Amino acid sequence: MEISVTINGTTHSHDVEPRTLLVHYIRDVVGLTGTNIGCDTSSCGACTIHVNGESVKSCTMFAVQADGEDLLTIEGLADGDTLHPMQESFRQCHALQCGYCTPGMVMAAVSFLDENPDPSEREVRLGLEGNLCRCTGYHNIVKAVLHCAAGGEQ
Amino acid sequence: MIPAAFDYVRAGSADEAIATLAEHGDEAKLLAGGHSLIPLMRFRLARPAVVVDVGRLDDLSYIRDGGDHVAIGALTRHRDVETSDLVAARAGLLGEVTSHVGDPQVRHRGTLGGAVAHGDPASDIPSALIALGATLVATGPQGSREISVDDFFSGFLETALADDEMLTEVRIPAADGARWGFEKFNRRAQDWAIVGVSAVVRAGGEVGVGLVNMGSTPVRAAAVESAVAGGASGAEAAELAAEGCEPTEDLNASVEYRQHLARVLTRRALEAAGL
Repeated sequence: MEISVTINGTTHSHDVEPRTLLVHYIRDVVGLTGTNIGCDTSSCGACTIHVNGESVKSCTMFAVQADGEDLLTIEGLADGDTLHPMQESFRQCHALQCGYCTPGMVMAAVSFLDENPDPSEREVRLGLEGNLCRCTGYHNIVKAVLHCAAGGEQ
Repeated sequence: MIPAAFDYVRAGSADEAIATLAEHGDEAKLLAGGHSLIPLMRFRLARPAVVVDVGRLDDLSYIRDGGDHVAIGALTRHRDVETSDLVAARAGLLGEVTSHVGDPQVRHRGTLGGAVAHGDPASDIPSALIALGATLVATGPQGSREISVDDFFSGFLETALADDEMLTEVRIPAADGARWGFEKFNRRAQDWAIVGVSAVVRAGGEVGVGLVNMGSTPVRAAAVESAVAGGASGAEAAELAAEGCEPTEDLNASVEYRQHLARVLTRRALEAAGL
């Protein structure tokens, strides 16, 4: 089926099989490999992207469902060489160890702060419930989100 | 994990979706948010020949005040139920329970109707619908019919919906001024409940209790409700929570442990609801 999807401001048109999962479309067809595949069972959140501004697990959508929608992946978050404030907060707070969960974690965190700009620590933890870090580096991830919410001040 | 191949039909209206279901019978499945169906398809536990995408039927995404009830379109996303002021004011238990479904990403895509029509006994939302005494509206080629939530769930992942019917609306009898409790026991964030309990005490004193994962379908804790109606305290009534239930044993819990959890969680949910 012919689909047309806007990803990070660029419109892509491809003929895809209906069973193609969105994450495979983004990685293998469009060639944006910043979005990772982790568990493949809707659990880990490594594949989190934004669909129309909201966090979604791209392993649990078919590419055909994204036809005509506006997507944002980790590659589209920074403004040129200037990191997005959430990426900058992750860097400053050492919120990554191996880095595998980071793209999904950052995308989930950006969407979370859009919905709840001034969260408590508990709300951050609940808001990132859908993302697993197998290095168990949650403490600094939560700090980074709170740091970003506070305007990125030290 | 790649699902088996299927034919994809994007429905432009509920009528078109129902006509496609009527044409293909049990070979076809409706796709709403996809957060129950797609995981099953990836494991190839479900292999529909035809997938009918109803995800774009925005006219079935609404939350309306129906006077004596709140009417929610089947394609309303969990996120919209969770954040609705109308749901909070008139069916607060459902808003609270919905906020515990999956995780934020799941709630951005998953829909109320999709979760209910999936018929999973471990799903949180049916327990709230049972406690609140919801009515489900099914639409087929001959028109619409109303089904009580007590008659809706017929077996593991099975419901009263016919092959050519689509769940189109969920009606919650208004519960203004009610108090409620929802207790969900699991071992990890975002997991399905090992056991869960929804309890509501309406302003008039009427009590409703629904259980998660205590049998092959979502179930009503009828013995608890009649005990409270007969004057028992919340703690006394909660002792009857596992009565009539046939929970299964799995890696997470034995039958006896599930029965124990049902009693403890029901007591806590009733306490939170003011009993």
